[in-house]
Amino acid sequence: MNSVETKDVHLYYGDFHALKGITMAMKKNQVTAFIGPSGCGKSTYLRCFNRMNDLIDGVKIEGDILIDGVDIYKTNIQVDDLRKHVGMVFQKPNPFPKSIFENVAYGLRVNGTKDKAFIEERVERSLKQAALWDEVKDKLKKSAFELSGGQQQRLCIARALAIEPSVLLMDEPTSALDPLSTAKTEELIHQLKENYTIVIVTHNMQQAGRVSDYTAFFYLGELVEYAKTKTLFTNPKDQRTQNYITGRFG
Amino acid sequence: MKRYFHNLGEKLIEGLITISGTVTSITVLLIVFFLFKEGLGIFSQSPVAEGSVIAVHQNNPVKELKAAEVKEIFDQNITNWKEVGGPNAPIKLFSIDDITDYYTEEQIGANFEHLPQRLNELVAQEPNMLAFFPEEYLAKDFKGHRIELANVSLGDFLLGRQWYPTIQPAVQLGVLSLILGTLWVSLGAILIALPLGLASAIYLAEIANPKVRNILKPVIELLAGIPSVVYGFFGLVVIVPLIQDVFGLPVGETALAGSIVLGIMALPTIISVSEDAMRTTPRAMKEASLALGANKWQTIYKVIIPYSISGISTAAILGIGRAIGETMAVLMVTGNASVIPHTFLEPVRTIPATIAAELGEAPQGGIHYQALFALGCILFLMTLAINLTVDFVSAKKKENR
Amino acid sequence: MAFGTTSSSHKSKHLAQSAAFFIFRLLSFSVVAILLVILGFILVQGISVISWEFLTEMPREGMTEGGIFPALVGTLCLVAGSMLFAFPIGILSGIYIHEYAKDSWFKRFVKLMTNNLAGVPSIVFGLFGMTLFVNQFGFGDSILAGSLTLGLLALPVVIRTTEESLKAIDDSFRIGSLALGATKWQTVSRVVLPMAFPNIITGLILSIGRVSGETAPILFTVAAYFLPKLPTSIFDQVMALPYHLYVISTSGTNIEASRAMAYGTAFVLILIVLLANLLANWLRRYFGKKVKMN
Ligand SMILES: Nc1ncnc2c1ncn2[C@@H]1O[C@H](COP(=O)(O)OP(=O)(O)OP(=O)(O)O)[C@@H](O)[C@H]1O
Ligand SMILES: [Mg+2]
Repeated sequence: MNSVETKDVHLYYGDFHALKGITMAMKKNQVTAFIGPSGCGKSTYLRCFNRMNDLIDGVKIEGDILIDGVDIYKTNIQVDDLRKHVGMVFQKPNPFPKSIFENVAYGLRVNGTKDKAFIEERVERSLKQAALWDEVKDKLKKSAFELSGGQQQRLCIARALAIEPSVLLMDEPTSALDPLSTAKTEELIHQLKENYTIVIVTHNMQQAGRVSDYTAFFYLGELVEYAKTKTLFTNPKDQRTQNYITGRFG
Repeated sequence: MKRYFHNLGEKLIEGLITISGTVTSITVLLIVFFLFKEGLGIFSQSPVAEGSVIAVHQNNPVKELKAAEVKEIFDQNITNWKEVGGPNAPIKLFSIDDITDYYTEEQIGANFEHLPQRLNELVAQEPNMLAFFPEEYLAKDFKGHRIELANVSLGDFLLGRQWYPTIQPAVQLGVLSLILGTLWVSLGAILIALPLGLASAIYLAEIANPKVRNILKPVIELLAGIPSVVYGFFGLVVIVPLIQDVFGLPVGETALAGSIVLGIMALPTIISVSEDAMRTTPRAMKEASLALGANKWQTIYKVIIPYSISGISTAAILGIGRAIGETMAVLMVTGNASVIPHTFLEPVRTIPATIAAELGEAPQGGIHYQALFALGCILFLMTLAINLTVDFVSAKKKENR
Repeated sequence: MAFGTTSSSHKSKHLAQSAAFFIFRLLSFSVVAILLVILGFILVQGISVISWEFLTEMPREGMTEGGIFPALVGTLCLVAGSMLFAFPIGILSGIYIHEYAKDSWFKRFVKLMTNNLAGVPSIVFGLFGMTLFVNQFGFGDSILAGSLTLGLLALPVVIRTTEESLKAIDDSFRIGSLALGATKWQTVSRVVLPMAFPNIITGLILSIGRVSGETAPILFTVAAYFLPKLPTSIFDQVMALPYHLYVISTSGTNIEASRAMAYGTAFVLILIVLLANLLANWLRRYFGKKVKMN
């Protein structure tokens, strides 16, 4: 079953044509990786799935994007409901200037949850899922800024998990992390796959190979090749893919 | 050789630039020096009104009075010597106008030539008399005792409620009502300006679309440039009569009028400073909030406002600072009565307005003149405290990043 | 489907947002409305008073008739005098703070003092100007004393403007120039200042608008209540627009009869500020275009 599906998506930043007719489908409970040289439109495409591009002035989007079968650019869609359904983890850890607990509880609170016991239980569960619980359980009231970069990123993942999205978007989630934190995050992605559909943007080809089931290669706003990760890395069909994964450009 | 001159030129310019760099510091130091030099003078001057003599019988045990006591006596609130440390006897007041009750015109002389002698006799005869007359009529062999007035103390100055800097025979220099008046009007101003200013800042920073913003911003910038006399004038011809009508008051010149005018004047500062602060909220932080399903409003009050709270407090403090120091507009609309305000519908008088209104009439070097400089010192210290608070808050903000 | 259908929590959340935004829009528009009312009121009342005679004649009949010529000239003298003082020193001072000063306690002190000077109330400048320039230096009530006082008041604004403009220029330009063997002053005067010039000049024009309306600093240093002649030297007293407005609206011989004159004077004061703002905006756009073309 397809969790995310797009048909002939074009995106313009003013006059600049950033995405040029992208059609692809991402399967439920699978990890899909986006790779490609800088500026090819990976983030732009990813940000279409939770309508994050709405915030930028002058953006125009054409084509259909379906999440779990619903066309998310239809007018009667509530953006905040969509974003509750499609979580996102950013490149740089971006916790709020609040306590660790409040960071994770944030999504629940803004979506109207008042039940204290429920929130506490959910915060604990999310932190456990994000493999952070043991490190922070004694300092939940402390500011999130006191955590290390890697811990902050896992906090941001926990924060996204707390509202139980069905799709999780990750834009280069480990690029600001040290190797140990990166390994931890990758392991986490592996476990999360059971319950979530994950789309991850990465510049690290080994990482794509390690964590993803499917890989899509983008180039200058186009989807060049999309296949099972193993196939794409061992037997690329397109010359540009081949050049990229063998390090001839990018 | 050429190189040498080159270097010399470079050094000269550097010297010139460095000197220019110190001008503001020197100015501040000079301001402090002159303000305090003049202002502190009031603590070493007698508060007897210029050219006046206060005298009693030579056997009267009261040798010194406080300025406030003299005023109480002349207002007949104190009527017995024992209340000011003398014998149990009623105080008999005498001021120069009463002279005809005691002597005929011949006795005084057509040109008052015998007046000093008569005054001398009078004070010597009346053991319970407190006499007050101009110094020019003080006889050379005056037998009575000239009362010394205690110098104004810091406590009298700051906590005294009476501000009558030219009253005879003893000037009253209590500035409490002026300090409270200043704070009262400024408080009112900030109560008006803060909600309006913050709402506008939030609207401009986060809600308005760029087109609306590009129209509103310059308009608000313009608001900052309009001179305070023009605001004062507008207050005088529009707001004051309006307040008078709406509340059915005898006069519309009230603290409320001052607060409204000052509030309007503080708006641009509050709006631009807090809008700038909100704009520094990192995009990533806003996106994180929206990505969790928060809507714009939730993002504003749960993320943006907490994040920029120090900038917002800076805005509020700066707004208060502007209100406290504002002179002309307040002078024109508050009615300038030096009483401690109880409601916003009474006239009040602020420190800057007092200085502006009275300095022109105060003889240079006199106690009134010095008292106005002392008010200047208080004002300077108030705004200094505000500036330092702002510096402190913004330094702390940088630390937190 | 977890989304697409509208939940009740969503509804209340949305309602809160709509309500909040409505209030904010209302309050912001009322702020702008207040301004427009003030501006409009004075412009409408004042425009009928404005005439060539009003601008070029002496006040007559206890300032209830005639014009504002001496006050206009006085204000121009004061603005010119104060800017002559504040511009060079302020710009050099800004250069000192941003380009020359090493990061030391002294620089921090200078910055702190500049900030504090900016917060000193204008009436305190008046007190200070009177003691130092009028009495200590013996200038008396004069254009010189008034201009210096106003100049000191404008100084922090000029410094801040200069500093901000210099800050906006990337360090690579300085390094590039120094790397070619230019001295510090050559770098500043030939590379940095020309680039910062548009922003500096815009800020300066705005500060002119500000200075022309200041009243408290000139009360005791220069302003004359009624002086129907033009100054002949910098040691003369002058009338000035803002003080004139204050006088005829609060303590003139016949306040009611002076009302029209007062509206006219307020109109001229607003006009000066308005023109300064327009000029600054125009310059900003003009230079903005030029930079893009290069
Ligand atoms: N807000 C924007 N306005 C205009 N153009 C933009 C904007 N954001 C991105 N672009 C342009 O769109 C193109 C795609 O950008 P995008 O951020 O999606 O690239 P990316 O593949 O994620 O690159 P990277 O690997 O460096 O993150 C780039 O050429 C970029 O310059
Ligand atoms: Mg990217």
